Amino acid sequence: MCLAIPARIVELKGDIAIAEAMGNRWKIKTTLLPEATVGTLVLVHAGFAIGLIDEEEAKETWELLAEIEAFNQSQDKISG
Amino acid sequence: MLERIHKAQILMDKACQSLARQINIMEVCGTHTVSIFRSGIASTMPARMKLLSGPGCPVCVTPLGYINLVLELAKKKNVLIATYGDMVRVPGSNGSLEKQNNNNVRIVLSSEDALQLAKDNPDKVIVFVAVGFETTTPATAVAVSEADELGIDNFCILSGHKRVIPAMQALLSDKNNRIDAFLCPGHVTVIIGSDAYHPIVSQFAKPCVVAGFEPMQIIQGLGEISRQLIEQKAEVKSVYEAVVTQSGNTTAQKVIESCFEPEDGYWRGLGKIEKSTYKLRPEYSRFDTCKRFGVEEKPVDDTSGCRCGEVLCGLIEPPQCALFGKKCSPDTPVGPCMVSSEGACAAWFKYRPKGKQAQ
Repeated sequence: MCLAIPARIVELKGDIAIAEAMGNRWKIKTTLLPEATVGTLVLVHAGFAIGLIDEEEAKETWELLAEIEAFNQSQDKISG
Repeated sequence: MLERIHKAQILMDKACQSLARQINIMEVCGTHTVSIFRSGIASTMPARMKLLSGPGCPVCVTPLGYINLVLELAKKKNVLIATYGDMVRVPGSNGSLEKQNNNNVRIVLSSEDALQLAKDNPDKVIVFVAVGFETTTPATAVAVSEADELGIDNFCILSGHKRVIPAMQALLSDKNNRIDAFLCPGHVTVIIGSDAYHPIVSQFAKPCVVAGFEPMQIIQGLGEISRQLIEQKAEVKSVYEAVVTQSGNTTAQKVIESCFEPEDGYWRGLGKIEKSTYKLRPEYSRFDTCKRFGVEEKPVDDTSGCRCGEVLCGLIEPPQCALFGKKCSPDTPVGPCMVSSEGACAAWFKYRPKGKQAQ
């Protein structure tokens, strides 16, 4: 539950932002990370940007998350 | 990458030789637990190095008394329960939110969604089931202060927010004296900062190493712990430097402090721990569910035979519980460690080869 997902801020108005990651866009808040601007890569947890992350680390995490997603789907096929 | 793995493996082997006994490393993060099981890291470690899953899954550490209180509140008229998904299946003494099926439970992904429910349903009182460690606590704090600013009075929270450091201290003080080191949670530490572990190191002389949830991070973390054990040192280190800082997210820390204050609180398996739970400050007490409804969380004995408490303290492994894989499975969970996808029992059930027994 404490998992935070890397995402890029693509829109920002006040502390309300649109984040983008792995082809998805969703609304988040930057209240806890006032230094975030458009283009910043952030870690998102429970709808809030909580920290900064660099490009390389974000890419590694996205790759791992995609791998997990694919693995879970293959498991569902096997057990389902 | 292979070189880094190899380097860590050499350190792990050396640590086992050097200490000449079993080494117990506890991870205090549900995300680590799942990653360790899924990637099969445990099977690549020396036989004498053991990973224990600690009290790192917020759903799992939430005590039965809290769950019972949520179930009681869900029976009230005009109440909407807003909760993170995993909590709906956690059994209380009598059923779960899912089984109770009152049609007044809304799954939310953020405290902001819970606040939105309050705006959209002025004739209902929204009770936000606020669980989670320091990673999640500031999100609740923001929602509460927004509710305050906007004058929203049909929103309240049932704070079950927990602090990770007091739990680690309680474990070492009187629950489990076999822990040699901690693999510390990456995303909690984004908020609290790696400096927060210094009291553990100075008070108990146990290495505290922060790692992200990627398998490579965990392996590097284990390598760093091994190095410290070989050199008979106990230090705070982070192998998650791209994300974690020493001081953490100070804005988030201030947001927590402005809204909450630490109080003694109950944990599953660990009992009452001093200053381990976040309670709303008096100026926000009108958002406190317990005050609003005149109810309180009472400690309850678990009579189901569930041994999640011992699992959470690293005292037993899931298959040592008589219910594991029989009465208790992910489809019919008896305890929270089987409900949450991050729970040790669920991870063990899903990823361990069938027939593999506890060591």
